[in-house]
Amino acid sequence: MLRTEQLTLHIAGRTLCDRLDAGFNAGENWVILGANGSGKTTLLHALAGLRQPDHGRVMLDHVPLRDMPSRRRARRLGVLFQDFESAFPATVMETVLTGRHPRLQRWQWESTEDYSAAEAALEAVGLAGFAQRPLATLSGGERRRVEIAALLAQDAPLCLLDEPTNHLDLHHQVRILEWLATRAARPGHMNIFVLHDINLAARFGTHGILLFDHGECLHGPMPDVLTRPNLERLYHCRLREIHADGARWYLPD
Amino acid sequence: MNRRLLIALFLLAAAPLSLWYALSQGSVNIGAAELWRALLGHRDDATAYLVIHELRLPRALSAFAVGGMLALSGALLQVLLRNPLADPYVLGVSGGAAVAVLLSMLAGLGAGWLHVNAFAGALLSMFIVFGLSRAGAAWTQNRLLLTGVVVAAGWGAVISLILTVTPASRIHGMLFWLIGDLSTATQPAAGMIILLTGLAAAWWLARPLNLLMRGENIAAALGENPARLRSVVYLLASLLTATAVTLAGSIGFVGLVIPHILRLAGGSDHRFLLPASVLLGGGFLTVADTLARSWAAPAQLPVGVLTALLGVPVFLFLLVRAR
Repeated sequence: MLRTEQLTLHIAGRTLCDRLDAGFNAGENWVILGANGSGKTTLLHALAGLRQPDHGRVMLDHVPLRDMPSRRRARRLGVLFQDFESAFPATVMETVLTGRHPRLQRWQWESTEDYSAAEAALEAVGLAGFAQRPLATLSGGERRRVEIAALLAQDAPLCLLDEPTNHLDLHHQVRILEWLATRAARPGHMNIFVLHDINLAARFGTHGILLFDHGECLHGPMPDVLTRPNLERLYHCRLREIHADGARWYLPD
Repeated sequence: MNRRLLIALFLLAAAPLSLWYALSQGSVNIGAAELWRALLGHRDDATAYLVIHELRLPRALSAFAVGGMLALSGALLQVLLRNPLADPYVLGVSGGAAVAVLLSMLAGLGAGWLHVNAFAGALLSMFIVFGLSRAGAAWTQNRLLLTGVVVAAGWGAVISLILTVTPASRIHGMLFWLIGDLSTATQPAAGMIILLTGLAAAWWLARPLNLLMRGENIAAALGENPARLRSVVYLLASLLTATAVTLAGSIGFVGLVIPHILRLAGGSDHRFLLPASVLLGGGFLTVADTLARSWAAPAQLPVGVLTALLGVPVFLFLLVRAR
């Protein structure tokens, strides 16, 4: 579905990834891992077509992302950002409905179909019944789930999520990642996550991209890339690997 | 939804009522029946016909157009800068116009020149701010805001300088212009056309503006082009402000507070907010201007004083009640 060709990204004279060739296919859950400032968000934005690469290109459905009309791109690919703004009052429903924008014509108003998509999205993130609440009355975690619901209402087959578990309690972290991972199993769907939690990455990711310093970049199926030596090099700290319940768990030593 | 519909219906009814009120007030007493006949073009009462068509109607329509433009421009700039404190004058458009007008007054130019120069001054300021905020580093709304505020402060200093060197006899007219005054606004047609064109253009952008409210990244991810959107919104808001300032000087308060009153009452969806701002801003300024010319008649108060005196308590009341 999504492919990078010789993708090279620089920021402030530093190379974040150097000539990356990677293919992202339907049914897969990719996780981008790396230390703070390693360029996870920049890479995600480049994959979303929101940042022009310094070299190489990103292809979506065999079309260069740069040449794709932005509305068409937005119907194929949705993005969850790390931070959000709220200078003016809005209700939960109004915010979630903005996700329907790429599917509406210029003068068209939201139909009952759009409202049911928004309600289903709120249900999926555990916010059924919150539709008419002003955003200002929500907690940080609830606010985060509204952003995720807006992304789900967009109904794009390809979702790029920048730290979706920020502000979420344990229950919702697992519940929402599980929901998204199941969604990727539907035909033609896939996700790319930026995550900080190695254990969530191991549990829900099928593939991983590890961003090391100096533009070195390792990608492949999760069991191949998510190893203790790789992770210790990635985060510059010693890790303990624990085997339990048939899975590997990592804890800082 | 229903709440918004109710507000919209109320505003649609209130706008013509505000115009009717403006037409019925004044030193010549005209009854409702005569007013209606004169308005429809009957000349049987020559005085009533003249007063309505030559004096009150142009002024009432000018007031409505100016109020609508200021409120629309304020709503647009608030979302463009994502700053609730933004008003039509925050980026220095009115400062440029004011300096041009005061210099024209100092030079003793006629009223026709004042309008031309005011518009030229506003456009000059608009291009200076836009050009500077785009030069060099990446564009952010804070950069635009800072550039605008600094340029506005520069104009403010020039205004003070002009006022201090002006002979006392001419200060009064200058002060009226600075506070905002509709007594010279006798040609409403241009203002009305720009208001309606501006509203149509702004409404066309209403849903993209809803996205911009959530952030530029999100607008881009949902298929809009934020760079183009903010350029268009900036030019539109500046042109509306420039026209309003040209017609009536810098009338304060309308552009800042009318959008906030409507956000408190009906939410921030721009498909509702933008047309509602035009109706409420227009109606509000029409009533305020009528009070300004009839309250202390035959003396005329500058309408800018009235807008603040009426609007401040109303807004504070709404703000307190909205928790």
